[in-house]
Amino acid sequence: MNALSGYNFAYLDEQTKRMIRRAILKAVAIPGHQVPFGSREMPLPYGWGTGGIQVTAAVLGPSDVLKVIDQGADDTTNAVSIRRFFGRTAGVRTTTATAEATLIQTRHRIPETALREDQIIVYQVPQPEPLSKLEPSRAETRRMHGLAEYGLMHVKLYEDITRFGHVSISYDYPVLVNSRYLMAPSPIPAFDNPKMHMMPALQLFGAGREKRIYAVPPYTAVKSLDFDDHPFRTTRAPHACGLCGATDSYLDEVVTDDRGGRLFVCSDTDHCETRRAAGHVGAEAPTADELAAE
Amino acid sequence: MTNETLLSARGLSLSFGAIPALVDVDADLWPGEVLAVVGESGSGKSTLLNVLSGRLRQQDGVVWYRDPEGRLHDVHAMPQPALRALHRSDWGFVHQNPRENLRMSVSAGGNVGERLMAQGSRHYGNIREAAIDWLRQVEIDADRVDDLPRTFSGGMLQRLQIARTLVTHPRLVFMDEPTGGLDVSVQARLLDLIRSLVRRLDIAVVLVTHDLSVARLLAHRIMVMQRGRVVESGLTDQVLDDPHHAYTQLLVSSVLQA
Ligand SMILES: [Zn+2]
Repeated sequence: MNALSGYNFAYLDEQTKRMIRRAILKAVAIPGHQVPFGSREMPLPYGWGTGGIQVTAAVLGPSDVLKVIDQGADDTTNAVSIRRFFGRTAGVRTTTATAEATLIQTRHRIPETALREDQIIVYQVPQPEPLSKLEPSRAETRRMHGLAEYGLMHVKLYEDITRFGHVSISYDYPVLVNSRYLMAPSPIPAFDNPKMHMMPALQLFGAGREKRIYAVPPYTAVKSLDFDDHPFRTTRAPHACGLCGATDSYLDEVVTDDRGGRLFVCSDTDHCETRRAAGHVGAEAPTADELAAE
Repeated sequence: MTNETLLSARGLSLSFGAIPALVDVDADLWPGEVLAVVGESGSGKSTLLNVLSGRLRQQDGVVWYRDPEGRLHDVHAMPQPALRALHRSDWGFVHQNPRENLRMSVSAGGNVGERLMAQGSRHYGNIREAAIDWLRQVEIDADRVDDLPRTFSGGMLQRLQIARTLVTHPRLVFMDEPTGGLDVSVQARLLDLIRSLVRRLDIAVVLVTHDLSVARLLAHRIMVMQRGRVVESGLTDQVLDDPHHAYTQLLVSSVLQA
């Protein structure tokens, strides 16, 4: 271990970690239910995943292998700084390979590689309350959750179908957990929602600014809300990944030059690299000559 | 009419500080019956409506409600989830100001469909069809189904509130001055609509109004309240044509003079 001296393991003091773990245990016991916790000041501003970082700090052990992704990528500023933070304060091994990680902290994506029972995924959550845009009163949304009164959420879906012909929510698409609690899955694309259903890995959600933790235990039913005659459907850009040729992964559109050139590539960089390493080639992949010329 | 009441209140009393709002009030409502509670402002009629519907707790007395299976419930002893579910299903509440009940940023169809969705309806097409059907029943053009309520007139808003309330076929609807604040011609049309709907659908109504002509037109029976007490009650025509209590006589004569 080469943890930075002067800090407790993973930055937070043990008492704070115990408090967060108690909230996590309660959250696991009541799948999808938002548990308040005493969110601490972190050496990162809100909006940089302080909720997710505190959850990660509370469950991280010295033998864990940590992966941090932001919008699917391991190499963005946010992902790099969080990974470096835990590398320094906990001295844990980090990885970009989904299959090697025991703990994955994420913002806005679930990896394409199916997660396993021995893994935990921690989501950074900006707004934990799925009803917040429809009902501003905290007291009223608490009552709605308490009594499982979720008709209002369906009113929102009804309005979308009426106006647009389909549900227009493409991120943070509301789900019902364990047939009981309405939950915000954080701003992951609706494309990722089915991955949450019966996932073997433990799913933890941390909202720092809103001071809430919630969880989906392994093998728990997670249903995206819909109507019988307008069933939930995932959408992805109708292309193959330009680099690895994948036709089933979630794609980002990348501008490649200033002449309007565009490229669709896997948003999950590890998934794309793993496929390319295995010999999969997309239509836009650079040739060996082009790579040599760079 | 069966001889089993839908709603029965016995000995209701409630004071706000030193001011008695309800004094030993009894009330009975049979299925399909419209009961008007009349009186001036401060007579306790709105307090009675709120206590009967479980929105307000009395200090003494009890309100019994008989559910569709014939079981009796002490309204104020019901768990909150059950009472809230009742308010979304077998009961309805029509406010004087429809904006208190409607969602102004949700389409007319979404407003009417909300109670169905709250009850678990999960078929968009059926919900929309039911909403259009109810708009027709309250005389709103079907092609307004996707419009926002803020584009509706006052009379239309009140009719939309009624459609939103009746879509689950409640057996009991509480109405608080449903025609208050509307122009006289709009009031007359709304009264005709309410009368035909409650008769056709066999809905029981507790109607609070200060307007004796509204009571005359809609109610089978009437209760006259003054300072928290029921001073006279009976069949509407009998009470209004031959009032016995001095206060009822005063109310009737003031209408005749107007
Ligand atoms: Zn790819």
